[in-house]
Amino acid sequence: MKRSRFWSWLWIGLGILYFFIPLLATLNFSLRMKKDVISLMAYEKVLADPGFVKSFTFSAEMAFFTILASMILIVPTAYWVHLRLPQAKPIVEFITLLPFVIPAIVLVFGLIRIFSRPPFVLTASPALLVAGYVVLSFPYMYRAVDNGLRAMDVRSLTEAAQSLGAGWGTILLKVIFPNLKVALLSGTFLTFAIVIGELTLASLLAWPALGPYMALLGQNRAYEPAALAIMSFALTWGMIGLIQVFTRGTSGTALGGMK
Amino acid sequence: MAFLEINNVNKRFGQFVAVEDFNLKVERGEFVSFLGPSGCGKTTTLRMVAGFEMPTEGEILINGADVTHKPPNQRNVGMVFQSYALFPNMTVADNIGFGLKVARKGKDEIAKVVDEMLALIHMESFRQRYPYQMSGGQQQRVALARALAIHPQVLLLDEPLSALDAKIRVELRTEIRAIQQKLGITTIYVTHDQEEALSLSDRIVVMKDGHIEQVGSPFQIYNFPETPFVASFVGTLNVVDAVVRDPQSGALTVDGQEIQTAQPLSVSAGQTVRIAVRPEMLRMTANSGSGGTNELSGTVDTVTFLGSIVRVQVRLEKSKLFFDMFNNPHLVPPQVGEKLTVYFPREACLVV
Repeated sequence: MKRSRFWSWLWIGLGILYFFIPLLATLNFSLRMKKDVISLMAYEKVLADPGFVKSFTFSAEMAFFTILASMILIVPTAYWVHLRLPQAKPIVEFITLLPFVIPAIVLVFGLIRIFSRPPFVLTASPALLVAGYVVLSFPYMYRAVDNGLRAMDVRSLTEAAQSLGAGWGTILLKVIFPNLKVALLSGTFLTFAIVIGELTLASLLAWPALGPYMALLGQNRAYEPAALAIMSFALTWGMIGLIQVFTRGTSGTALGGMK
Repeated sequence: MAFLEINNVNKRFGQFVAVEDFNLKVERGEFVSFLGPSGCGKTTTLRMVAGFEMPTEGEILINGADVTHKPPNQRNVGMVFQSYALFPNMTVADNIGFGLKVARKGKDEIAKVVDEMLALIHMESFRQRYPYQMSGGQQQRVALARALAIHPQVLLLDEPLSALDAKIRVELRTEIRAIQQKLGITTIYVTHDQEEALSLSDRIVVMKDGHIEQVGSPFQIYNFPETPFVASFVGTLNVVDAVVRDPQSGALTVDGQEIQTAQPLSVSAGQTVRIAVRPEMLRMTANSGSGGTNELSGTVDTVTFLGSIVRVQVRLEKSKLFFDMFNNPHLVPPQVGEKLTVYFPREACLVV
């Protein structure tokens, strides 16, 4: 018993070291901009750079529209699949997992090929970038919504609302969406975290997003990219922390998402 | 014209026939139960009345209006589900007022109806509770109030007590019946529990394999079952094989002992038929009814103490009969192995 526990802790320890040593090294490096002094100079420089603010704002806007479009697309789809087309579930799940199989570079070249010539010339529009991000967020958003729907009795709730006179719009807005709150928050935070650091789509579609900005900074500077890496980690962890906060302390069948 | 009419309704799912040639007329204010085993089509029929399923053939009329192809949200039919189906994001008051809000009723009217409904179910102090803060029985009462708040033309209940424990089930079924009678609302109640159907209903529709076996009052269904299925499904029965001796006089032999039915038999002498006797018709003392008494002798096989009753099983030769004795502190139940004669009136002998 003791022997097996020792090995468990050893492997956990090694895993933690493997993960945290590079992070600590990056953190340490990001604080060494001033010679022989620990300082936040690299962070100050990054935050003072108008390029950073501009690219971060742009990415945040794109994340907002991506989340909105994902919800509008995925919630009714997942709801309908649960309610009326359970046999289509494996197909929809397969489609939503495609971004894990098809690299973003393949997706972006496909988008450019199709949408750079009539009848759909969209390469100059941020809508194409949002559309690409929606695809990338599929696995996270769909899974979160699917978990949320699994946790409630979709059919009975729908039928109860119908028998009380509600139409589809009312059912979605007053019954389904509110009961998916936690699931949607999980999906939202994950999507935000993905979009905010995304490089391939933004770079090849030539948009001034945070990902390309970080990549550019990495080519020209030493300390600032390390500071940016730490900041983006903090942002992602902050999002995951928020998911935990919202998921904890809630109970009942209405809850889903990151369970 | 009846208030609710279900005419020649059939429902098929692909090759599977779920409901076949279903005809029923329900009067205004009547409480009708659909009773049958799982898969007999009772819930499918109820769902067709609610509008959640469309009949393959036939029509459904409510108050003279054809609602066969109307969507569920335009039928004004209240539904109570086995799983309660309360909206988890809403308080009790919001759940009850949901249908009225959808119908764009004024705030004051909604508040008034919610108060009335809460008083009806005796849950005035629960208005701000969420479903997860209540027990199953409380949730189901709220679900009932929610269905009634819209003043539906017909109230449909789909096994509403199945998920509750026995004590709450009995309490709530009494309450459901009282509310139904108070409001005089036409009600269809789906259940597989015969006790529920017998205790609640004005009429019972016994179903099997998608079709109606018998429609009648609880008394008729229990005492005069028209098919072997109804006889065996409703109540408990002693079923034994008997050889017909004289069809004209209704004489039969069970393990060599002669008994007689009240009616002549429509089978020829020498044939084997199955006869059924309700256990409560068996007595340990001869008490001749107007039509004469049958008696069968055997040996006590088992005596089982079940609290309020003691169940005694008597073995004849091959056949077994059981009967129940009400428990009381002075009861002296028969002993296992003891010789015993049981008596029952001729009219209690059902040929199934």
